[in-house]
Amino acid sequence: MNPENNERTLLQGLARNDRKAVETIYKENYTTVQALIINNNGSADDAKDIFQEAMIVLYEKARSGTFELSCQIKTYVYSVSRRLWLKRLQQANRYSADIGNADGVVPVEEDIDEHERRDAEFDMMEKAIQGLGEPCKSLLEAFYLRKMNMQEIATAFGYTNAENAKTQKYKCLMRLKKIFFSHYKNGTEDERK
Amino acid sequence: MKESNDIMILDAVERYIRGEMNPDERLFFENLRKTNGEIDQLVVEHTLFLQQMNRFGEWKKFKSNLHEVHTDLAQQGKIKADKLKGGAKVVYIWKKYKRVAAIAASIAGITAITISSLVWSISPKPDNQKLQDLSRDLQRVKEDQRKYNSEVTKEVNTLKNKITVPVKEIDYKSGGSGFIIDPKGLLVTNAHVVKDAKNIAVQNRSGNSFNATIIFLDKEKDLAILKIEDENFKPFTSIPYSISKSTTDLAEPIYTLGYPRDEIVYGEGYLSAQTGFKNDTLSCQISIPANPGNSGGPVMNKQGEVIGILSTRETSAEGVVFALRARHIHNALNELKKDTSYQRIKLSSRSSLNGLERTQQVKKVEDYVFMVKVSR
Repeated sequence: MNPENNERTLLQGLARNDRKAVETIYKENYTTVQALIINNNGSADDAKDIFQEAMIVLYEKARSGTFELSCQIKTYVYSVSRRLWLKRLQQANRYSADIGNADGVVPVEEDIDEHERRDAEFDMMEKAIQGLGEPCKSLLEAFYLRKMNMQEIATAFGYTNAENAKTQKYKCLMRLKKIFFSHYKNGTEDERK
Repeated sequence: MKESNDIMILDAVERYIRGEMNPDERLFFENLRKTNGEIDQLVVEHTLFLQQMNRFGEWKKFKSNLHEVHTDLAQQGKIKADKLKGGAKVVYIWKKYKRVAAIAASIAGITAITISSLVWSISPKPDNQKLQDLSRDLQRVKEDQRKYNSEVTKEVNTLKNKITVPVKEIDYKSGGSGFIIDPKGLLVTNAHVVKDAKNIAVQNRSGNSFNATIIFLDKEKDLAILKIEDENFKPFTSIPYSISKSTTDLAEPIYTLGYPRDEIVYGEGYLSAQTGFKNDTLSCQISIPANPGNSGGPVMNKQGEVIGILSTRETSAEGVVFALRARHIHNALNELKKDTSYQRIKLSSRSSLNGLERTQQVKKVEDYVFMVKVSR
């Protein structure tokens, strides 16, 4: 397989959250990024955080299908990590003029902005679900995230029948949707401003 | 029962979106959707919600997958994570605790001094005879030292005399400014700055001077490339700005750094015309405060790209300054590359200043702008 095809296969695998693909990309890139972070006032934990965030950016990019192989995965992951870490340093007011190798990077600002916007949305969702409390949290997670059917849920959560579970789920869902759409509307209004 | 009705509708909507309905039911539902606006609205809204929910689920799954992969790879030793080894760990710990170490050391120092002075003040005084001897010894050591020192100075003086006789101090005058385009010490400036120069030296912001020679000169374009040839010069690792090839838009804000006086001076303005003096297309007109000495300084845009070299100003009008387009630096380098020894030079095409605030940009750029001094 030629290298370009290989990269494409990897990205397709990544978009499917395929374990093997994730592992390969992880293995090939982690050390470089870790070295970058540690040589610039970071710890191993920081390196893990930054690298995983960069992986998520790559994942989103691969999923959206807009990742044309204009550059190698390696270059992309390095560029994103470098940018994310610079941002982190700036936020901590430990301004660092230049880190790593500025020559071999590609522009990733837009992707990172997009990622941060999405991250904020998911964070909001996470908080909203947490805020529902039990049993709503587990119930909704079981149905919408783990894709269990109502019968399984009824058994697992100890409802007498699937109908009861459905009623409970409905109530929880209404609460979540209310939070979700109030944030969603606020979010889009903010963007318009 | 309104609620059970709602539950049923939502259930139907969910099954519809997930494609779990049989064809008849689907047809029925689609008709319902067409006739009932409320249901249609619910479908749209719920689709959006489910999409977001699905993506959220996948995002969470991907995140946990990442964690697992990380742990697995670390356990298998395929990545060196968590456990920092050897140098990296020492470096990391040192970086992290640098300040603590410094504070600890100074505290330790103060404590040591306090204790020793305490010990000295309460310890029994040594008898005078001994003290006398000691001081005499010290005196003798001092004398020896002095003798030795005077010998050394004598030698140094003779050496100095030897040196200073043939080499006369070169009388440099500030000619203009210049800026680095290659980390190994290539600078760009104006040809008129180094015109008729016998010797050239460039001086950085900290006041250190380095000897430089002209390696490229184009009087017509008023462009010169200098090379720092001085053993005291330490090459840069990289250059923060890039040299733009494209043209800049009218009214785009720009700034410049240069040495109209001994101190580096910042000025800002905008691009006021695409052509230079008497419609010269090599250059462009900018509006910026500039004085003699600013010549050869970089003209930068807000992305931190060099768009030109400040070259001349019109004497008859205030604030009319011309800059040579940065593209000519590329051209000049291409010329230069025909000479084998400079083939490896590559201008950085990406500015690492993009997105930074102006003050941060300037902070990074000022080390790369030099005063160009010449003796004629």
